[in-house]
Amino acid sequence: MERLTPPPVRRIAVDRHPRVVAPTSPADGAGNGAGGVTSGAGGSQILARRRAARPAATYPPEERMQIESVSLAYGERWVVRDVSLPVRRGEVLALIGASGSGKTTLLRSLNRLTEITAGAGRAGQITLDGEEIHEIEVNALRRRVTMVFQQPNPFPMSIFENVAYALREAPGRRRRARRATLEPAVREALRRAGLHEEVADDLDRPALSLSGGQQQRLCIARALAADPEVLLLDEPCSALDPISTAVIEDLIVELRESVAIVIVTHNLQQAQRVADHVAFMHLGELIEYGTAEQVFDQPRQQRTRDYIGGAFG
Amino acid sequence: MATAEPTLTPPRAAIARPRRESTASWPLVDRLAYWLCWAVGIGLCVIAVGIVLFMFIKGISALRPSLFVESPATGALQERHSGGFKDPLIGTFILTAIGIAIALPLGVGIAVWMVEYARPRWLMRTVESAIEMIAGVPSIVLALFGLLLFARPLFSFLSGSANNGAVTGQSFLIAGIMMGVLAIPLVVGATREALLQLPARLREASYALGKTRATTVRRVLLPSIRPGIASGAVLGMGRIIGDTAILVILLPYLKLEGAGGAPLLSALRGTGTTLTYYIYYYAPTGDGNSPKKAFAAGFVLLMIVLALNALVTRLTLRSSGERAAARNIVQRVWAWEMWPWSR
Repeated sequence: MERLTPPPVRRIAVDRHPRVVAPTSPADGAGNGAGGVTSGAGGSQILARRRAARPAATYPPEERMQIESVSLAYGERWVVRDVSLPVRRGEVLALIGASGSGKTTLLRSLNRLTEITAGAGRAGQITLDGEEIHEIEVNALRRRVTMVFQQPNPFPMSIFENVAYALREAPGRRRRARRATLEPAVREALRRAGLHEEVADDLDRPALSLSGGQQQRLCIARALAADPEVLLLDEPCSALDPISTAVIEDLIVELRESVAIVIVTHNLQQAQRVADHVAFMHLGELIEYGTAEQVFDQPRQQRTRDYIGGAFG
Repeated sequence: MATAEPTLTPPRAAIARPRRESTASWPLVDRLAYWLCWAVGIGLCVIAVGIVLFMFIKGISALRPSLFVESPATGALQERHSGGFKDPLIGTFILTAIGIAIALPLGVGIAVWMVEYARPRWLMRTVESAIEMIAGVPSIVLALFGLLLFARPLFSFLSGSANNGAVTGQSFLIAGIMMGVLAIPLVVGATREALLQLPARLREASYALGKTRATTVRRVLLPSIRPGIASGAVLGMGRIIGDTAILVILLPYLKLEGAGGAPLLSALRGTGTTLTYYIYYYAPTGDGNSPKKAFAAGFVLLMIVLALNALVTRLTLRSSGERAAARNIVQRVWAWEMWPWSR
């Protein structure tokens, strides 16, 4: 029987609470093949503890977006074929799969960011609260479905201005809002992104003077400022160190109660740590979708087993 | 009180100096080329220093405070009666202001459109060629075109009229418009270069927050390329201050003369000239033949240009990083101007 098997050790699993950075022992990764030594040792214990330590979602999950038979193409090339998935508030949906499997494209199509690329096309339906997203004005959609990217990309302005930018310039608003009126909302967004304590005294610092992890949390704050319904995260931790990653992962787990979260990740352990549901994609197709426990502990498909076992990808 | 602080200077002797790369193993061609590059580089520095020194010595010796406050005396046969260059000095500032006031918004607008919108494609290509063409048109041709275009009754509000009622087509406004046209390619080049250098993720970040293209340009992109715009402005102003051909046709009057009406408008519609034409006129080969005046004016012109560069970089660019970015863009635009075929 296939048990939970972490991929060969290339990454460092982190347990924040004892504040120790513990590399998973090589024996773990080899555990797959070496009969007697099964999972349950080192790395997966940490994972299990982290999963157990997650706060349980208080709400019953509520469906916000529905992806129905969606295929996506750039020009003549199909990059996503016939994918159907629900996106719910109250849970984190992780898209996993090898590079080139179409995860990021699928993610970007959820707020129509694919349209920036010339020649991008879509078949199938994506709905937000029952409304086809093609019918929603694109900028209104992107305010409801915001995105955080792989590389932290704060604007070259102050911390305050970065977050305030998301609040200002809304259509139909004649005058630029004054700083005093925006400040509570800005601070609230920073608080939700877990950055407020660190920057509270000096919101006028240039955002680019923050550390990478802080910058990424600033980007999350910016994405949260306009109070979106869905938050898209495109490998938000791949450019960060393990400690910053742990901070952001905790944040993601916390945020899922108020906003539906879709995260693309290459890091299977991360998916295990944060996701409630996991979708495994391969070469543009959705191979398997299920709860994180099911996909990681009892994958139904051979390809999923291979990927999770580290056979490819 | 500064007490004995531990010095942080490392012990000198402890640092081993690595041996420098030797050219001994190079092929002769490489060695020759290498030394030639050195020689050319140093030669260029010598020339640059020579120009500045020469203008400094010649200029300072001819410079009198009175030159700044006296108007030129036309028709004076002797150098000491030919007056100062107060009028051309003022004219230089007026013309530069008009020119850059036209070129900056238009140039930035064109560049933003070319990089951020650029649809339809054929229009984009047309605009691109048009900009290159304007950059390549000799300014004297621009001046001629301006004269033909604006010396019409329709444009009589831009310039004064002669005694017989004909529109002269010569005024600060008209010369300023043509100067603006002259400077547009430089502003476009610098702005465009700066926009192209911005990372795509900056735009994506803004779009992903539901911001329109226009908002993104206004609130994110333009503030980010301030160094680029500043260098475009400096390049443009340098070009305007330095151009003479347009003045020969559109503004060859040593004295400021209003065209009547409201004071400021009168001056703008009126005539005069700038320091370059003044130098041209008083150069040893020119009609005025007062070389000392020309040298003094040349020195002042050089100082204005240098001061302008320094001022704009200081005022608009806060960090040293921004200043470096501006210099980088100036160099790129120069390369772009000098070797169009390299693109």
